[in-house]
Amino acid sequence: MTAVELGQPSFGGGLDLVPTTDETQKAKDYTSDQEVRWCPGCGDYAVLASVRSFLPELGLKRENIVFVSGIGCSSRFPYYLDTYGMHSIHGRAPTIATGLAVTRPDLSVWVVTGDGDALSIGGNHLIHALRRNMNITILLFNNRIYGLTKGQYSPTSEVGKVTKSTPMGSVDAPFNPVSLALGAEATFVGRALDSDRKGLTEVLRQAAAHRGASLVEIFQDCPIFNDGSFDVLRKGDEVAERLIPLVDGEPIRFGNEGEYGVVRSASGGLEVARIADVGEDAVVTHRAGEEDPTQSFALSRLSDQDLTHTVTGIFRKVDRPTYDDGARGQVTAATEQAQQRGDNLQALLSGKDTWAVLPEPENEQ
Amino acid sequence: MSTDTAVGPPSREVRQTHRVVIRFAGDSGDGMQLTGDRFTSEAAAFGNDLATLPNFPAEIRAPAGTLPGVSSFQLHFADYDILTPGDRPDVLVAMNPAALKANIKDLPHGGMLIVNTDEFTKRNLAKVGYESNPLEDDSLEPYTTHHVAMATLTRGALEPTGMSKKDAERAKNMFALGLLSWMYHRGTEGTEQFLREKFAKKPELAEANILAFRAGWNYGETTESFAVTYEVAPARLAEGTYRQITGNLALAYGVVAAGQQSKLPVFLGTYPITPASDVLHELSKHKGMGVTTFQAEDEIAGIGAALGASFGGALGVTSTSGPGVALKSETIGLAVALELPLLILDVQRGGPSTGLPTKTEQADLLQAMYGRNGEAPVPIIAPQSPADCFDAALDAVRMALTYRTPVFLLSDGAIANGSEPWAIPDVADLPDLTTTFATEPNAPDGSGEFWPYLRDADTLARPWAIPGTAGLEHRIGGLEKADGRGTISYDPDNHDRMVRLRQAKIEGIEVPDLTVDDPDGDADVLVIGWGSSFGPIGAACRRVRAAGMSVAQAHLRHLNPMPSNLGDVLRSYRRVVVPEMNLGQLSMLLRAKFLVDAHSYTKVAGLPFQAEELAGVLTDAVKGDLPA
Ligand SMILES: Cc1ncc(C[n+]2csc(CCOP(=O)(O)OP(=O)(O)O)c2C)c(N)n1
Ligand code: SF4
Ligand SMILES: [Mg+2]
Repeated sequence: MTAVELGQPSFGGGLDLVPTTDETQKAKDYTSDQEVRWCPGCGDYAVLASVRSFLPELGLKRENIVFVSGIGCSSRFPYYLDTYGMHSIHGRAPTIATGLAVTRPDLSVWVVTGDGDALSIGGNHLIHALRRNMNITILLFNNRIYGLTKGQYSPTSEVGKVTKSTPMGSVDAPFNPVSLALGAEATFVGRALDSDRKGLTEVLRQAAAHRGASLVEIFQDCPIFNDGSFDVLRKGDEVAERLIPLVDGEPIRFGNEGEYGVVRSASGGLEVARIADVGEDAVVTHRAGEEDPTQSFALSRLSDQDLTHTVTGIFRKVDRPTYDDGARGQVTAATEQAQQRGDNLQALLSGKDTWAVLPEPENEQ
Repeated sequence: MSTDTAVGPPSREVRQTHRVVIRFAGDSGDGMQLTGDRFTSEAAAFGNDLATLPNFPAEIRAPAGTLPGVSSFQLHFADYDILTPGDRPDVLVAMNPAALKANIKDLPHGGMLIVNTDEFTKRNLAKVGYESNPLEDDSLEPYTTHHVAMATLTRGALEPTGMSKKDAERAKNMFALGLLSWMYHRGTEGTEQFLREKFAKKPELAEANILAFRAGWNYGETTESFAVTYEVAPARLAEGTYRQITGNLALAYGVVAAGQQSKLPVFLGTYPITPASDVLHELSKHKGMGVTTFQAEDEIAGIGAALGASFGGALGVTSTSGPGVALKSETIGLAVALELPLLILDVQRGGPSTGLPTKTEQADLLQAMYGRNGEAPVPIIAPQSPADCFDAALDAVRMALTYRTPVFLLSDGAIANGSEPWAIPDVADLPDLTTTFATEPNAPDGSGEFWPYLRDADTLARPWAIPGTAGLEHRIGGLEKADGRGTISYDPDNHDRMVRLRQAKIEGIEVPDLTVDDPDGDADVLVIGWGSSFGPIGAACRRVRAAGMSVAQAHLRHLNPMPSNLGDVLRSYRRVVVPEMNLGQLSMLLRAKFLVDAHSYTKVAGLPFQAEELAGVLTDAVKGDLPA
């Protein structure tokens, strides 16, 4: 069979093929009757509230939204939304979402996963879903701990972390989820803090609108097993000096007075400097749509994962053909060709080389 | 195709024979599979019944001329219905010393041996440990040996093409095919046309191969070395239109047909693995028939995507072999809990672990039956021959859709690559597999809610409510669900009930009664098998009966649930013999379930049973000589 011209690419929005409704929706419409059972103070509550109040904004038919999750505290998420949902098995949600996204372009498919779920047991599926650019939106709840199994260190835990399974401190080097996603050819990568409803909603909005795989890392507090792990980004005098919110097309400045900026380092990477020392012109401008992911990659690792400098917002947002559009395009093209040729099941089964066995001569008249 | 043109000089004897087994053996690079395949097509087109057994190494190209590099193709064709590719060849074609050494022990004394003498050089002989040249010593005396310098003759025939010697020699397999085609009175047109199509883009190669093929044919015709030619008349198979088909092709067609008959899009999520990959290759060609294929990053992703597609209302299918089943187990358990349709094709190979990738075995039965955590029953169906894969696939999909359950189909390497004539079904006679999606809330309390686990009273199946259906939004998952309502439930009694309901649903699947073949009607020994051993067991029964003894044969197609009359059948014989290509997995199930003293006969050599060996076992059973 020869390759088929598919007329690609035709980048649309992530939800272009999903039916919409004129009815006004409220967060309540997206609230299922399941009682929410996370621990008091868990960051997952804040994310749930943001998602519930954000979904009506999409104006989609509720029945055309599907949330698929793996296993973990965060993966209980689908139960609490009144959409279609599947709480699957540990690490495998991207695979299930893949089958759905390929066969059902009329669905808005979301994956909810934890740092263990996505980066440990499911790491392989995550990178491949990103590489293929499946039209799905992945919410990675990163609490830097295994919550559901009661507090073992995770692939995002800091070196030296003392947990139930690392009483002498972890010797395991952590992943940086944003760096990982960029390395896996992700076309959309964002990051937000659970408690920052505005920032989170903006990332979700753009992630949903993106056609292709979107990875959103959400820093999430687990007050039971990793209490206050992101507190330095929430309260105190240092917040403004640590948090670096990205605005597309703008110079990357931060600090209480905007006194800091991100500039090129001598080694070719990025670093933080006082604008007073380097001058305004030295500050780099953020371009999420830049094909070359190098600057976004450098931004994702401005400091170690000790949160000294933490960039939030949308790191990368570029157009690339999605696997599901491509796969459907081939099926559509092949179906048209088959119809033109008049292919049918009988002809297929019969094939080309056949022979007939006639009735027994005795039975012939 | 002409059948009466191929007669030798008048002096030459034409012998009528009912059946012949030919084995082509050579180096992996010699094109033996293609040669065998082509001869098979000729036999099929001529109307013989046939069965084939390809046998090739796991390495793509083991070092040339070595024993591990030997590849062979055995073909049995006859003028009556046959059941197996044959125990031993009547004719062995050996293209090099390694092929001779690896295969000669299977050739019965008096058998015909055709050797390509060109490869019997000192170096090649040494490579496989021949101390003296078997063509020159007396070791081949027991056989009717024909020395043919195939490479030289092929080179000579191709001289006018101006091809390099090396390239020309490559066509020597077609020379061998031509010679055998002549010897068995096969026409030449079919193969010539095949070669023209195969090399449509390289007409010079097509011509070279055709020249070699004709040279082989003419060699037989003009030299005096072959005194006899043979005729095998067409077989009197049941009336119908036939084609030749391999198990993997039949499996793929079964899946395409199931999609058409259910009116569902087919989604195959899979990861390449021998001997199942051909199912992916074939299905990937049928996008025009509504089939989407997805080559995933691993087996887990393959089945996960298939299950996701099923959740969305497609016919989810995954194909693999034993090592892949191991990886898929957790997702199969999820599918059991979700109660969604899913077809799992396991083309078994030798295990454990990587085992014998290109050889056959039927040792995944207990893995399919029990290889999951918790009580996770899955229906299992096993085709008995290559062509039967088509019907088995349709039946598996019927169970999956009717009962909303994953279903295992256990094929194996012998069935997958073996071929036989297939009476092409009339599409109008295929079963209707249409199913319905839920569209309305169903809560019995009139609340207007949708209860995803409210079961059908007859089948115990739950409704299939696909995303996009307004008012039926629901969440399902691997956690235990409340009976009916489907919400998470940790209630002990509910769990006990759900475990039993899932079991009862599978046990209640309708499967046909087991039929017993006992032509004499007085057998007190029953032989029962499953899967690809049908052929050898059946052939063994014929031998035992031909020797004047009675033996009854039954073959289990449905391994879970088993036919409801199975217990009665087993108990009505004095002795039950269960031959299996494993260490007794079915016999263990039969013993446990029915308390019968089944005698397990096992062999795990990576090759199908031989009829001769099973006939011996059955004879012992009939005579009461089997160990208790
Ligand atoms: C196959 C398998 N292995 C292990 C587990 C146990 N398990 C459940 S959740 C989890 C880790 C969850 O951590 P994370 O993904 O970070 O989610 P969180 O609970 O922190 O939200 C583990 C190890 C499981 N359910 N399945
Ligand atoms: S254990 Fe931690 S992550 Fe899990 S629900 Fe409780 S607070 Fe949230
Ligand atoms: Mg976690």
